[in-house]
Amino acid sequence: MTAFNKSYYINSRDFIRAGEVSIKIQTLLKSLNFDAQLVRRVAICGYEGEMNVVMHGGDGALSFGIFNDKLVMEISDDGPGIVDIEKAMQAGFSTASDAHREMGFGAGMGLANMKKNADDIIVESEKGQGTCIRMVFFIDKGDKVD
Amino acid sequence: MKLSQIVKALEAKVLTGDDLLEKDIETCGASDLMSDILAGLSEGSILLTGLTTIQVIRTAMVAGVGAVVFVRGKTPPQEVIDLAQEQELPLISSPYSMFVSSGRLHACNLTGLDGRR
Repeated sequence: MTAFNKSYYINSRDFIRAGEVSIKIQTLLKSLNFDAQLVRRVAICGYEGEMNVVMHGGDGALSFGIFNDKLVMEISDDGPGIVDIEKAMQAGFSTASDAHREMGFGAGMGLANMKKNADDIIVESEKGQGTCIRMVFFIDKGDKVD
Repeated sequence: MKLSQIVKALEAKVLTGDDLLEKDIETCGASDLMSDILAGLSEGSILLTGLTTIQVIRTAMVAGVGAVVFVRGKTPPQEVIDLAQEQELPLISSPYSMFVSSGRLHACNLTGLDGRR
């Protein structure tokens, strides 16, 4: 049974508001008393994914669901797509512009951080076809205090 | 050590969070790269940075950073300070460089984000 399921719009190239969706999800999970480490992992994945959409993608969406045994996050966009997913997953590889690097992005750790913090991750993308990243975070018995 | 002691060690001015200076800080990170901050164990740490964008605050919030120091005397725009105030994230500004700030905090026995000194 789904306890919560919502989609949020990500406005690409809006750097001022970039990250707001992930903060909303972080705040929600904290209010529901989820384990602090689980909240942190979800927030990091959401933030890295959201920033990737803003920097590289067309318009995008982040959908987030809370189920009995897991949290599921899907971040999709209609941007240029990832040419080489395996390469993009490597720490240090980045296609960020100079302008993004001046703002502190482009370390090439985004997808690597998402892979490290999600319990399961699937990246689907093709050049010119947009990108969809689906992540699962399993809820252990001790992760939620009612 | 207390955040108030860090303010003294860095001869910093407090931009927001005057009522939060009794926070305990044990670890320190220094970075201008957002993803590197997220890759480290930043929870409850102090972050030294030269970037003054609103993304520093959001990254700090996601990572669970305890307080942010802007080095080289930098001060962020008011909207950045306002967001930090709303989120109860202390912001301070030190006249020292990142290198000197790091050295001063290392001398105060803070450890790196990986627990090493």
